[in-house]
Amino acid sequence: MKPLSRLRVSGLSGLGLLLAGLVYLWLYLPIMLLVMNSFNASKYGHSWQGFSWKWYEKLWGNSALIEAFTNSLTIASLAATGATLLGALLALSLHRYRFRLRKLSSGLVFVVLMSPDIVLAITFLIVFMALGIQLGFWSLLIAHITFCLPFVVITLYAQLRSFDPYLFEAAQDLGAPESAIFTRIVLPMLRPAIAASWLLSFTLSLDDVIISSFVTGPGYEILPIRVFSMVKVGVSPEVNVLATLLILISLVLVCLVPWLLKRKA
Amino acid sequence: MSEASAVVQLSSVTKRFEQQEVLREFSLSIHDGEFFTILGPSGCGKTTILRLIAGFEHADSGQVIIDGTDVSTLGAEKRSVNTVFQSYALFPHLTVFENVAFGLRMARVARTEIESRVKEVLEMVQLGDFAQRRPEQLSGGQRQRVAIARAVVNRPKVLLLDESLSALDYQLRLKMQSELKHLQRQLGITFVYVTHDQEEALSMSDRILVMHQGQPQQVGTPRQIYESPRNLFVASFIGETNVLNAKILRALDDYRYEAELEGRYQRIIHADRRYQPGDDVHVLLRPEDLRIEYLRDAGDKPGFVGEVKDRNYTGRTLDSIIELPDGLQLRSSEFFDEDDPDFDYSINERVWVDWVHGWEHVIPAENLNR
Repeated sequence: MKPLSRLRVSGLSGLGLLLAGLVYLWLYLPIMLLVMNSFNASKYGHSWQGFSWKWYEKLWGNSALIEAFTNSLTIASLAATGATLLGALLALSLHRYRFRLRKLSSGLVFVVLMSPDIVLAITFLIVFMALGIQLGFWSLLIAHITFCLPFVVITLYAQLRSFDPYLFEAAQDLGAPESAIFTRIVLPMLRPAIAASWLLSFTLSLDDVIISSFVTGPGYEILPIRVFSMVKVGVSPEVNVLATLLILISLVLVCLVPWLLKRKA
Repeated sequence: MSEASAVVQLSSVTKRFEQQEVLREFSLSIHDGEFFTILGPSGCGKTTILRLIAGFEHADSGQVIIDGTDVSTLGAEKRSVNTVFQSYALFPHLTVFENVAFGLRMARVARTEIESRVKEVLEMVQLGDFAQRRPEQLSGGQRQRVAIARAVVNRPKVLLLDESLSALDYQLRLKMQSELKHLQRQLGITFVYVTHDQEEALSMSDRILVMHQGQPQQVGTPRQIYESPRNLFVASFIGETNVLNAKILRALDDYRYEAELEGRYQRIIHADRRYQPGDDVHVLLRPEDLRIEYLRDAGDKPGFVGEVKDRNYTGRTLDSIIELPDGLQLRSSEFFDEDDPDFDYSINERVWVDWVHGWEHVIPAENLNR
């Protein structure tokens, strides 16, 4: 009985491996081509003309692109920080207090989450115009904080809900006032989830095109939009290099988030 | 005992959740240094009492007094009591040492004193070598001990334990029962223990409060509760009981009455209070109060004659169900007699049954179908 079933499993897993391989090829072939092309000496990615760092050097010299990149990093880190702060406050109050309209307010968070980007983009634009806010750095930041917020709230709220509610009572029982319960129990236990939310917001902000293209002005260009306008006139090898670097960054983040979440206790 | 020695006092406490009244005009007095158990089925209000004492809940009316001070409006962080939670509620991100030190840090005790007190209490619960472990690296019994250590290190006036042993397996529970009791004697702290396990309550407590549907049923020593239950609920919740309905016929003296049991057996019963002829009563007989004899040995001694309907060998005892001619079933539990190792009954065998006179307990009749 045993050898037979094992045989079957191994036969199946051989097929499974093949299928999985095909799917991953489907997923990663384009990315692999892009990464390869970033090292291709040829200007057009039709043929391989030898390994070269020259596009990397060229990118380094492209100050407009570099500026857009730093702008993007600035917006992403500020937006991630702002969204994490605000989201943490909202998640904590949803968890800790039983106030009127609590259900409604947690539902509203989901509405933002589910809304199509284009709807949010137009909404932001209308609001900024109505308030007379100049499109640029601030409008971009406010928009990014807003669309990252629901992800933060959901991540943190789920984590808070997973805690034993008696932990907070135990701390209180041992003489901890509300502030100490927060700083010594809630915050340290929430820290991995906070870091995860920050990273999530950071990536969300970094690769947003739709909303950003509506709410930014000519004075403040960010990377996705810059790239978008560059490829309109054909893919430049520098864009390959940039994409390769971004893939590298996401790879690191993707590895970091589960590791942080797993370290929760 | 006098009120002065009460370390915890609840007077006329009423507590509602939403519209439901969990406790009404409830009063309780717990003596300094005793092991006090609140026993009852789930939903009887026992946990609410504990939470009122701890300060996690506040009474709608009435007072909570701890060590002579009215703490009714104080939060849990300001009361000199500590709780051992059913789930232990150890802080997962802190080491055993830091868990135990938490209360002392909150009280801003000096660093060196924290060090020595935590060490001392960890030694006491035999976890001296585990100070740097995390809760997740401990077994259930060890977590339980950390939870206890974390509470007693603060030298509370009262230690509250909420079903604290129920998560442990049977063997470990027995061991922890005796450890708890030992610890309580060693520390001299008042323990208030909440449980639904009557065996646990009987074996550990100095006094037991039996609760049912938010109403206190009886307060007393384990012996009083077991041997002289005040009503049918207490009698049936604690151990097994045979309940016989009886009517008092006449008094023989202050405590002995002639009574008619189950409408057909005229017997003499012993009561601990006065009844009038015509009063309806229940005669409560514990399984171990009954004596069974083979018909041939019994002769024509007064007693019941019934058929053995079931017999169950438990190792230490032989438990039988005897059915009387009118259908009433009596449960008996007999210890084995070393001199008569083969004693046993066959199913449907007719036997003679009686109780050890004076061991019965008589209470006023209650309407069973309440």
